[in-house]
Amino acid sequence: MSFFEGNKMTAGYGKGPDIINSCTIKVDQGEIVAILGPNGAGKSTAMKAMLGLLNLKSGSVVIDGVDISKLSPQDRVKKGISFVPQTKNVFAELTVKENLEVGAFLREDNINKVIEEIFDLFPILKVKSSQVVGQLSGGQRQQVALGRALMIKPSILMLDEPTAGVSPIVMDELFQHILRVKETNVGIIMVEQNAKQALSISDRGYVLVTGENKFEGSGDELLNDPEVRRSFLGG
Amino acid sequence: MELLNALVLLLNYTIVPAITYGSQLALGAIFVTLVYGVLRFANFATGDMMSFGTMFAVLLTYYFQSVGIGLGILPTALLTIPFAIIAMILYMLFIDNFVFKYYRVKKSAPVQLAMVSVGVMFVTQAIIRIIIGPFDRRFLDGEKFILKASEFKEMTGLNEGLTIKSTQAITVVVTIILVSILFWFLNKTKTGTSMRAYSDNEDLALLSGIDPKRVVMITWIIAGFLATVGGVLYGLDKSYKPFVYFNNMLPIFAAAIVGGIGNPFGAFLGGYVIAFAEIFVTYAYKKFFTYLLPESLEPDSLVQLLSTDYKFAVSFSILVIVLLFRPSGIFEGKKI
Repeated sequence: MSFFEGNKMTAGYGKGPDIINSCTIKVDQGEIVAILGPNGAGKSTAMKAMLGLLNLKSGSVVIDGVDISKLSPQDRVKKGISFVPQTKNVFAELTVKENLEVGAFLREDNINKVIEEIFDLFPILKVKSSQVVGQLSGGQRQQVALGRALMIKPSILMLDEPTAGVSPIVMDELFQHILRVKETNVGIIMVEQNAKQALSISDRGYVLVTGENKFEGSGDELLNDPEVRRSFLGG
Repeated sequence: MELLNALVLLLNYTIVPAITYGSQLALGAIFVTLVYGVLRFANFATGDMMSFGTMFAVLLTYYFQSVGIGLGILPTALLTIPFAIIAMILYMLFIDNFVFKYYRVKKSAPVQLAMVSVGVMFVTQAIIRIIIGPFDRRFLDGEKFILKASEFKEMTGLNEGLTIKSTQAITVVVTIILVSILFWFLNKTKTGTSMRAYSDNEDLALLSGIDPKRVVMITWIIAGFLATVGGVLYGLDKSYKPFVYFNNMLPIFAAAIVGGIGNPFGAFLGGYVIAFAEIFVTYAYKKFFTYLLPESLEPDSLVQLLSTDYKFAVSFSILVIVLLFRPSGIFEGKKI
């Protein structure tokens, strides 16, 4: 039994066809899990189903032994599940500090300590703290997005293509940041297009094809699996 | 001396009235911009909502006067504003709950909500006509002038007088207080930040645990303050006539758009831009030039660019020009 599980999830958008079919994703605290697969495989959908952004037709989502399948996304956030969307994942018109404050909206206690922790994790944010996020570079914005999501001190962090549209150098930097987040005992699920790089920092990976689990295993296993290599990693 | 006379003339007939009128427009424009930023539609009921709030202030003023409650040299209407604000907020929340909410939950297109607000506008107009009627009413009492033209002339020995009406001073003071509190609230409080966050990125705000119902409610409460205070100040300064409030919607929308729709500080400045433009363009400068130019060059005509009857053309032209060349508004800066 893992800390956070999506068990045999079947779901689709509205009355449309099922996008994911009996799909299972599990993650423990302090572990990075990558969801990989070709376009349209249902990677983001699986993640959104776990967050409650779309309703399950069957299956369940369980955190720490508690079934949360019926909870709204907001209530799941209160359970410690944080989500960084692929696009529009920051408040572009607010300052860095305000972004972090909004991220901690659910917290009642003094958030200054948490903000300091985020600044330790992402030093550049401290320098830019009173700048409007819309004026930051792509990599800095992604750090703001990560920082905002970490403000509730989540036990699970879900990242939807964190490196989409950033340069290779920034991508390496972001992966380093993600590893540092993992060290704070957060369970991380990420959907990634850059499969090789993602697997190299992941503990485990799932390969989805047409909404179903096709392969799963540790990062190295998947990287070295000839079939996975041929299909998804380009040889 | 001639130069001073010319300046006082300009001050008296353009600058002082424009600052006053601009403040009144600014409050309405911030109302439009807040509703647009948070609720995401152009509220065509703005003018009539301002009228609705003012109506309560007028009726209560009459009542207070009849029972002998007053503020001495200050207008009784100031005392009625808090009650009028409460009535206005209740009306707005009622309308929101029974009309706007339905379309918001359905996630209707903004243009649909704008059309719905036109419906709200007609209903509000009708209610106002039923309750108080369409007539022109004056409800200003207390001391009318702070500075009379004759006093000013005596003091300075100039030919031209400067008048400052008490309503002009009250308008400016109240606007400064209200707007300062509003910007402090939006920028420095947790609730204000959550409103700006919701306006900026609704989905992410929801994921951060911001309660949309609360944001919507607070927006209407602020709107109630702005609409009532703006409306009462305008009514005190000129007079309360429901149709005029409906007409004022054009300069108010122009002000909001000049300032960049969704940007409260822009809307605030936009109010003054529109007011100054309207008054400068429609003022007859004959006397001004008479003071400044030698006798041989004195103008024969009124030297008025546009008749005051066409003052709305000024707002309309500014609106069109801004939309064509700077659709995001002429001021840089944050949205709410």
